[in-house]
Amino acid sequence: MNTEETFDVKPIGRLFAVLSYFTKINLAGLMKNFSRKKAYDKGIKGILFLCASLSILTTIGIISVLIFETVEFFKEVHILDFLFDSQWTPLFYEKHFGIMSLLCGTILVTLIAMLVAIPLGILSAVYLNEYAGERFRSIAKPVLEILAGIPTVVYGYFALFFVTPLLQKVVPGLSGFNALSPGIVMGIMILPMISSLSEDAMRAVPKSLREGAYAMGATKMQVAFRVVIPAATSGIVSSFILGMSRAIGETMIVTIASGQMPRLTFDPRVPIETITAYIVQVSLGDTPVGTIEYNTIFAAGMTLFIFTFTLSIFSHWLKKRFREEYS
Amino acid sequence: MVENNVFDISALNVWYGEKQVLKDINIEIKANCVTALIGPSGCGKSTFLRCLNRMNDFIPEFHLEGKIINNGTDLYAQKIDPIEIRRDIGMVFQKPNPFPKSVYKNITFGLNIFGVKDTEKLDKIVEDSLRKAALWDEVKDDLNRSALSFSGGQQQRLCIARAIAVNPKVILFDEPCSALDPIATGKIEDLITELKKDYTVVIVTHNMQQAARISDFTGFFMLGELAEFDKTKKIFTDPSNKVTEDYITGRFG
Amino acid sequence: MSKGVLSKNKRNSKVFKILSLTAVFIGFIALGIMLVDIFIDGAGRISWDFLSNFPSRRPGRAGILSALVGTLWMMSLTAAFSFPLGLGAGIYLEEYARKNWFTKLVEINISNLAGVPSIIYGLLGLGIFVRVCGFERSLLSGALTLTLLILPIIITTTRESLKAVPKSLREASYALGATQWQTVYSQILPVAMPGILTGTILALSRAIGETAPLIAIGALTYIAFLPHGVFDPFTVLPIQVFNWISRPQHGFAINAAAAIIILLLITLMMNSVAIYLRRKFQRRVKW
Repeated sequence: MNTEETFDVKPIGRLFAVLSYFTKINLAGLMKNFSRKKAYDKGIKGILFLCASLSILTTIGIISVLIFETVEFFKEVHILDFLFDSQWTPLFYEKHFGIMSLLCGTILVTLIAMLVAIPLGILSAVYLNEYAGERFRSIAKPVLEILAGIPTVVYGYFALFFVTPLLQKVVPGLSGFNALSPGIVMGIMILPMISSLSEDAMRAVPKSLREGAYAMGATKMQVAFRVVIPAATSGIVSSFILGMSRAIGETMIVTIASGQMPRLTFDPRVPIETITAYIVQVSLGDTPVGTIEYNTIFAAGMTLFIFTFTLSIFSHWLKKRFREEYS
Repeated sequence: MVENNVFDISALNVWYGEKQVLKDINIEIKANCVTALIGPSGCGKSTFLRCLNRMNDFIPEFHLEGKIINNGTDLYAQKIDPIEIRRDIGMVFQKPNPFPKSVYKNITFGLNIFGVKDTEKLDKIVEDSLRKAALWDEVKDDLNRSALSFSGGQQQRLCIARAIAVNPKVILFDEPCSALDPIATGKIEDLITELKKDYTVVIVTHNMQQAARISDFTGFFMLGELAEFDKTKKIFTDPSNKVTEDYITGRFG
Repeated sequence: MSKGVLSKNKRNSKVFKILSLTAVFIGFIALGIMLVDIFIDGAGRISWDFLSNFPSRRPGRAGILSALVGTLWMMSLTAAFSFPLGLGAGIYLEEYARKNWFTKLVEINISNLAGVPSIIYGLLGLGIFVRVCGFERSLLSGALTLTLLILPIIITTTRESLKAVPKSLREASYALGATQWQTVYSQILPVAMPGILTGTILALSRAIGETAPLIAIGALTYIAFLPHGVFDPFTVLPIQVFNWISRPQHGFAINAAAAIIILLLITLMMNSVAIYLRRKFQRRVKW
């Protein structure tokens, strides 16, 4: 092995070539060198700090953009209409602004997705954690990762052109655009996330607990259900929440396959519209800045943000609790 | 040989948060001598060693009182930059920790950061340092090979060469042989004895025979205090402290 | 315990094993069906003309040139913005930041940002880059939006890679009198760089698959020219796919499938590079 073991980062750093040659006798030069170096180090620290602070600015940016436009929106629409009107028709002549019908669509699709992803996710996590050998795991995990890395338009295509026609043969009265098909496909999309996070949580359960149960003659299934899953509950639930948050914010699958018909229904066979799909629908059109139609996407976005933000805070809390249990 | 003190340490107290780990240490470390620090695990000897080149600065709860005077400079005075100190006071660690780069680059790193760029000069220093570290004959044809491809003992000598290359006055050794086999240990010990001609050596070791073999002075640490400090011969033949005697004769520790 | 209970337990466990294995395979099978379905639909459509034509009203003559070029632009710009920013933020948080309330706030904030839906980033881009900064519906607005979207991922992988560098290396460097930046730059970064690059490439491959935020900032769906600079309007592959999917004619659905194949090939290529980098350097650097 005659090569260097690491990466060459020199191109980045040539910029900063420090003072040239000096010898031991050159004490004054030495001191100068040191103070230059210190100032230089401080400068770099400052730049790095700015990079880190950018994330705070991003959050501030998101919140202020949403609030700013939402305030404009509520100047025209009463909050009670927003919350309790049963129709959402800002693009029609007769405008209604009842967010419930969009929210209903979002919740319906999310529920279907979770119904698919939770059982499959838990079962795969148990299999990978308790039964699978190292070889199987080393193949299965990357494949599941690929599943998670596929662009969502691809899932949308799959839902609209493959899953829906297939389901139409089984489910009577299923319309070409519906909540069922994108819900199922979305469940498959978040499956890797749930299974991998649940597996991490199960893996973190101390070996001694497991061995205790095996020593009493328990089978793998009993160990999984009576020892590992209960002990990893908060981690597993937190993976559900993250998955749910992904489903709520998922845009392209529903835009493509669920139609654009906001309505208050839990019938998975008919066209609906989610919050995210509505934002895309408006963005595709030529809605002038400052109109009420333009403001609606921010009000819808705000609603979405509040939901995902709450979920994310909740999952943090759970994770923290989980960490406390086993450390 | 004029005996002058490289370190004058007086009333040194060190805390990690609330916990006091060094209590009222007073010690003088002589130039061009090997000073060994021994004692049971957790007695504070490594902490003490790391005070000498301010490597404890990275521990957030670290707190120090007292004075460490190095050739007339108070190491913990306000205006002192720890980076300057470490140039004069080199260190070799418990486990060999060469950079994952070539042998050559390992040695020139310390010079590069202080702006030495002249290739001829660098080549010469590399050879000198490797010779002093008794490693030249083993690696002279492999200077561009990765340091990680050598044995543990060779890596440790490379780390010593790396420390020598920046021409320090003092070299601190923190249990340098604890990860090495007896043959490699023997080579490092010979080397340390050789090094004291040019440098002042302070070595922490858990191996009492090692202290007896190579050091001129020995300090015995116990529960954060310097229980005894004297010429090595005296400590190992006629300790004045009962605890020291118990430890040396293997009654505990 | 009687023998009967034991054998019943064993049988249950076996049934359960098969059940859970099925669950794993449902994921695989879905992936397989999806890829095969798309391949069957679209593979026949891929040709040099398809790659080198602009979109058209007639499905048979439409191509993905502007989308492909737009995606390449978007990828390079996003990489150029997000890599240095993510690297800097990661280095600051891992190497420099003291443990105080601000650091903690930044950390919580970053993990929250990772959970914000991508369409919200689109609204942010629309509000800030398109309107306040006045960049219009340009490549620049799009790339900046995607940069903010993937920054949390890059920061997190940077931190993990830095954390994996052994402490002994830092000590060795400091003990020679190196400053913090010299240590980070000369010793720690070279070791951590493969991990950081892997994470960055994976994040970028996510960015080029994103559709929603770019639609939200107003990326056009029909573009019959190539962008010449960062202030030009653009389209990207996923948007082209979406546009074709939403057309009623069957010919466009086939175009969509063909474009998806190209998109998947690009992401697959990026993923392979990332995995190759990870493997290559994981094997070599060891302590």
